[in-house]
Amino acid sequence: MEEALANLEIFAATLLELAREDPDLLVVTSDSRGSAKLAPFAKAVPGQIVEVGIAEQNLVGVAAGLAAAGKNVFAVSPACFLTARSLEQIKNDLCYSDRPVTAVGISAGVSYGALGTTHHSLHDFAALRAIHNITIVAPADNFETREAVRAAARSPKPVYLRFGKKKIAKLPRVDSSFELGKASLIREGSDLSYLACGETVAPAVAAAELLAEDGVQCRVLSVHTIKPLDHAAVCKAATETGKVITVEEHSVHGGLGEGCAGLLLQKGMHPAFKIVGFPDDHTMTGSQEEIFCHYGIDAPGLAQAARDLLARQ
Amino acid sequence: MLTERELEFKSVQYRKGLLRLIKARGAGHTGGDLSCLDIINVLYNRILRVSPETFKSPDRDYYIQSKGHCAEALFVVLADRDFFPEKDLETLNRYGSHYIGHPTRDVYGVEQNTGALGHGLAVAVGIALAGKMNRKDYRVFTLLGDGELAEGSNWEAAMTAAHYRLDNLTAIVDRNGLQITGSTEDVCQLSPLDEKFEAFGFAVRRCDGNDVGELLRTLEAVPFRPGKPSLVLAKSKKGKGVNFMENVAKWHHGVPSDDEFNRAIAELEAVEAALA
Repeated sequence: MEEALANLEIFAATLLELAREDPDLLVVTSDSRGSAKLAPFAKAVPGQIVEVGIAEQNLVGVAAGLAAAGKNVFAVSPACFLTARSLEQIKNDLCYSDRPVTAVGISAGVSYGALGTTHHSLHDFAALRAIHNITIVAPADNFETREAVRAAARSPKPVYLRFGKKKIAKLPRVDSSFELGKASLIREGSDLSYLACGETVAPAVAAAELLAEDGVQCRVLSVHTIKPLDHAAVCKAATETGKVITVEEHSVHGGLGEGCAGLLLQKGMHPAFKIVGFPDDHTMTGSQEEIFCHYGIDAPGLAQAARDLLARQ
Repeated sequence: MLTERELEFKSVQYRKGLLRLIKARGAGHTGGDLSCLDIINVLYNRILRVSPETFKSPDRDYYIQSKGHCAEALFVVLADRDFFPEKDLETLNRYGSHYIGHPTRDVYGVEQNTGALGHGLAVAVGIALAGKMNRKDYRVFTLLGDGELAEGSNWEAAMTAAHYRLDNLTAIVDRNGLQITGSTEDVCQLSPLDEKFEAFGFAVRRCDGNDVGELLRTLEAVPFRPGKPSLVLAKSKKGKGVNFMENVAKWHHGVPSDDEFNRAIAELEAVEAALA
């Protein structure tokens, strides 16, 4: 098994590979190259990194201008700032103006753990899902991160890439391919489906393993593309397993779970359904792992959610 | 190439066209349109190296209108420069039209969708920076309202412009001194704008923003200092050219009544006759 790295490190390494192939590929940072593991990138291709200082609105505006002049731009900043402070620039300068910039939200969700709510991004899917013309991607592991970065670099439209700092090597998976907008089948099962994204896919797999010991076979899908949602895979999971648990490192409002619920309801499908995420409350303090555990986004918690759903008739 | 006198004549014609458009369509940012019209006139008729034929060229000069609410002024000039037929403007603000109250890239000749204030300068900085990286000779011009300078994003972008020594970038402030609530100095003091931009690393020149000759000479002189972005502080009058609209905040987005419209056109026609 290959060494597990943080998705951030895979992102930075992939970007450097791409930058060496494409001299028009640029990274724009807001004093965020260290946090984004881009210091080696800056050293290797110093002409392909633009620093704007701690100014996230400017980060996205400048990125839009660089893209307008033909550059292939990755604007990189902690997800908490990028998708809140510069939301208007993402909406107008990228999405409305149709500039194919990739906005990269690093250390997303509660990756910053004990730094608190200022540094958490539990709103970004909700904010961006309501904005037209942006693809939202939260890769699960090193494999999906590499593929997502490559896909974003090729995209003629704005993309939001979101990942954290946890080390997650390639998860054993059924689907060996990766395509934006197509959920990846990680594990097959017919009793219940976990539809997870980003760093919550790994605990969903661990929960499925726990349940397998009890003879319960769970399907796990990495719904890495939150928008556009893979309608076919979500509906198939609901039809074939009848029970669906969505899992996300995000508020339960407006993210993957509500996206799936809205889709299924409008298709006339009513599986037993549970959204696991962050409730509308002050976020518990602690490390990412402790916070996940607190909200049941870990193997025992997700397995219990499954048992509860299976018991519901 | 238009002479100074021809530019003056154009400005009067543009003002008439603008008022007809706003009157016919029942909406528009009349006061600001009138204050910045001479700037847009001089840019498109003398300064910018861009035409309908070269608009997609990677070597063209770029114009980003940060004060997007004055779209009508831009549209009148773009139509005159044959970016699209003037007749298209009859659809302004109509159902399904892409001629709306702010510039969008659906309109041929428009570089960037604007309307939310404090966005244009950062985008212009990005384009100018790409020009430096690609060793292109193109220049980037952006028009800022004075009221929008309260948006902090302008000052973020200004720092970046100076940091990267973007002397291919010129920001023009349409300094009419009025915003929707009243005087810019009463709402949130902006002065001294020249010292502020100088402190942020710009080379600054003042000029009369409604004097096409002064505008022409000023804009022909960019960059004012090698290695520095240029800032033109263009002192203008909101409502310029129509006596009863000048320096009156209520004309920010006022639409003239029939009587007011007739009086405005009569005043402009008298000026036109004197110039002819």
